[in-house]
Amino acid sequence: MSSLMPNEKIDIHAILDDLENYRPKRRGWIWREKSAQQTYGPFQYRDMSTALVNGIAQPAASYFSNIDPQPENTITTEIASGRFEDDIRRMRMAAWHGADHIMVIRTAGQSHFDGLIEGTPQGIGGIPISRKQVRAHRKALDLIEEEVGRPINYHSYISGVAGPDIAVMLAEEGVNGAHQDPQYNVLYRNINMVRSFVDAAESKKIMTWAEMVQIDGAHNANATAREAWKVMPELMVQHGINALFSHKVGMPKENIALSTVPPTAAPAPCVRLDLPYAVALRDLFKDYKIRAQMNTKYITSSSREATVTHVMNMLISRLTSADIQSTITPDEGRNVPWHMYNIEACETAKQALSGMDGLMELVALKREGVLGEEVRQLKERAVLFLEEIIAAGGYFEAVEKGFFVDSGLYPERNGDGIGRQLNGGVGAGTVYKRHEDYMAPVTAHYGNNNVAQYDERKVSEPSALIDGCTLEKPEKIIYIDELDPEDNVNKRLDETEHYRQKEVPMITPEVQWLGDGIVQVDLVLPTDARTAQYAAVYFGEQMNLKEVEVIHIEALHPSEGSRVQIKGVLKVDLNLSELVIPETPEVYDDDTIRHIFETTSVKIVAGTVGEDEHSVGLREVIDIKHGGIEKYGCDVTYLGTSVPIEKLVDAAIEINADVILASTIISHDDVHYKNMKRIHEYAVEKGVRDRFIICAGGTQVTPEIARKHGMDEGFGRYDRGVNVATFIAKTLTHVTELAPSDSAIAEKEA
Amino acid sequence: MNQYTKREDDFENRRTHLAQLTESEVEARFWSLLDEIVSPLLTLAKTHTSPSIERSVLLRMGFSSLEAKPLVEEAIRRNLVGHGVGHLVYYKATQDCITIREAGLAMLQGNGWEALEVHFGQEVAQ
Repeated sequence: MSSLMPNEKIDIHAILDDLENYRPKRRGWIWREKSAQQTYGPFQYRDMSTALVNGIAQPAASYFSNIDPQPENTITTEIASGRFEDDIRRMRMAAWHGADHIMVIRTAGQSHFDGLIEGTPQGIGGIPISRKQVRAHRKALDLIEEEVGRPINYHSYISGVAGPDIAVMLAEEGVNGAHQDPQYNVLYRNINMVRSFVDAAESKKIMTWAEMVQIDGAHNANATAREAWKVMPELMVQHGINALFSHKVGMPKENIALSTVPPTAAPAPCVRLDLPYAVALRDLFKDYKIRAQMNTKYITSSSREATVTHVMNMLISRLTSADIQSTITPDEGRNVPWHMYNIEACETAKQALSGMDGLMELVALKREGVLGEEVRQLKERAVLFLEEIIAAGGYFEAVEKGFFVDSGLYPERNGDGIGRQLNGGVGAGTVYKRHEDYMAPVTAHYGNNNVAQYDERKVSEPSALIDGCTLEKPEKIIYIDELDPEDNVNKRLDETEHYRQKEVPMITPEVQWLGDGIVQVDLVLPTDARTAQYAAVYFGEQMNLKEVEVIHIEALHPSEGSRVQIKGVLKVDLNLSELVIPETPEVYDDDTIRHIFETTSVKIVAGTVGEDEHSVGLREVIDIKHGGIEKYGCDVTYLGTSVPIEKLVDAAIEINADVILASTIISHDDVHYKNMKRIHEYAVEKGVRDRFIICAGGTQVTPEIARKHGMDEGFGRYDRGVNVATFIAKTLTHVTELAPSDSAIAEKEA
Repeated sequence: MNQYTKREDDFENRRTHLAQLTESEVEARFWSLLDEIVSPLLTLAKTHTSPSIERSVLLRMGFSSLEAKPLVEEAIRRNLVGHGVGHLVYYKATQDCITIREAGLAMLQGNGWEALEVHFGQEVAQ
């Protein structure tokens, strides 16, 4: 597979094919940049980056010539399905919606796995990070980034007791960014702190070689502390420890990103609380990058509420800065994220950031007064925290004394922090002193390395001792395909192969895995929430869903009604070759129609004919308010309902119209087609049939039959103003074949 | 029950020595204190190694994860890890005039460890 075609699915088998010989196209992170192009449609922007070659614009873009401006911030999406083969398809969808930082969540428990995982086992809440899965992802992204026309950064995790092993593997496989923060191991994974910091230096050195962007783990304190807005001084300390440690290992500051989260969410006065913190962080860490994460601490099962929280988070991003705007899917509070919610999250970011484009040209942060005072206070609190760490004897001693993740606003302390012992935790006692002659003949190794004992000329290039290591010579990498004969991608693909057949394609709904059959249903039940919760399951089962579960419930009123969202499995396959799909009618875009109508003045006479009082359909086709043909700049004379055939045609003659539009809804005894035939015949009789484009429309009208009854075109239930306007525009410009001539009709009738 | 500190917010008392500093002096103090905290951690990392660091060295030398793990475990068992497991493989390869992979695979078969012990001594590395 050399490139992707937008109208073809990505071929997972082709991705897996010859994977052992695949090498990534490049290494290193690529930032978005502000583009020279800042004009899109009628608008002038300030903060946009380069447009995509292939992408899907936000829905309302249809009002603005389908413009799709892309903010200058890198946009992250996090994918966690646990099956890397299905993640690939979601990556592609997300890239089309503007994501250029793909973070595939790691399976639960890998932190404590002392070594690399190989093969393609299925994960829980993410994938096991193995060479095969990472390579397949990078290979797919190498194709996807060409398709969308923008580099895509692939991101993974370098934490746990196998950090350096993973760092090497990710560097070899062209991974572009990673989480790396020893404090995460210590505080949240109870991995021994000595081991974590010693390993971290090696990992960071390798990441530096690979030009990866590093994201720290401080946001976890935010998600863990009981009152997240009180850990702000500590978060600054955690960011500082990892940032400076990394920089002193050799990582450039511009590749070190702070993982920051606005700590609160409405109904808390969140912007008022979160903004001073964001400003203090940007002040202190001005040379570093900011990865703005969204709040997850206070997320619920309401996807609407989560979306609003996230938009307010992005207001903070726009008021301060965000080099990377992470997105959290609005369904994170109720399930492992589904395809469409990744897309919603990306669209929310794109919508909010493009909508708030240029905001800082209009407003300024009031540093004098309360904002400045609170910023200063946060910095001082962080400094006091650092002073106490030193007074305690250093970082390890501070951790032993439970300094971190205490719920007090430092220096307030509630005695509920997470404490760890120097000789405790996973991997305790596994750090060894290097001898004088310690030597490692490889690139990107941190610390004492006595290469000189063998060759003084190779001190700056230790891997020259072995004629290059895998970082210079990837052909030395040993690739392991699969270890588990049961838990692997081949078995999983076999089970769903009928959904991948090109000849006889089968489809079924899905939310995360091909063929999972899961659907979501929204119900309002006229009862209290608790009753509704159980009643909803009943209705789901009556809809023939299996494994029905309530995923969200919200009272509309204590007794009048409750909203329930359920999910369930629909065990129905559809053979696509049996599906009848009507041909897509060709429609011109608005500008084209407008242009044609401007150059050829168009007069239209319209009415509902016969004894027929229906007016809604025709009004929708005509009225500018409903997006009807008036908006293209034509002159419409509307005669009303129950208009006699003769009156319609006579009016057209009188005002010298170009088009007659007859609406005919009642279809009893085929009266609608009889009406059409009468209009045609009356116009012929009057000798004016050639002067007019005559069309008829209605809910029961079939275009083919309308044409048989003398109409130039017929319009049915799903046609709108644009369909009618397109036909008129085409006819006026003679792009299409004109309606059958009078003589042709006469021949048919004969 | 842990013995972690509980205390009221005494920020106003504690900050007296910071009150006269300019904002940029507060920021500079933030970074210099951090430097004091992280420097000993970096020294520790320079002078120590771990199983994962040694495995990562072997990966870079062209061994698979399945090969790296037992090599490191055996080096730890024989108290040779402080010399660098990659070093042991390198030394054996140069001594025996064989490739790095050949040396490592031989060691995986249990060959050559005694000679390495003789050469590197049996110091306790912890």
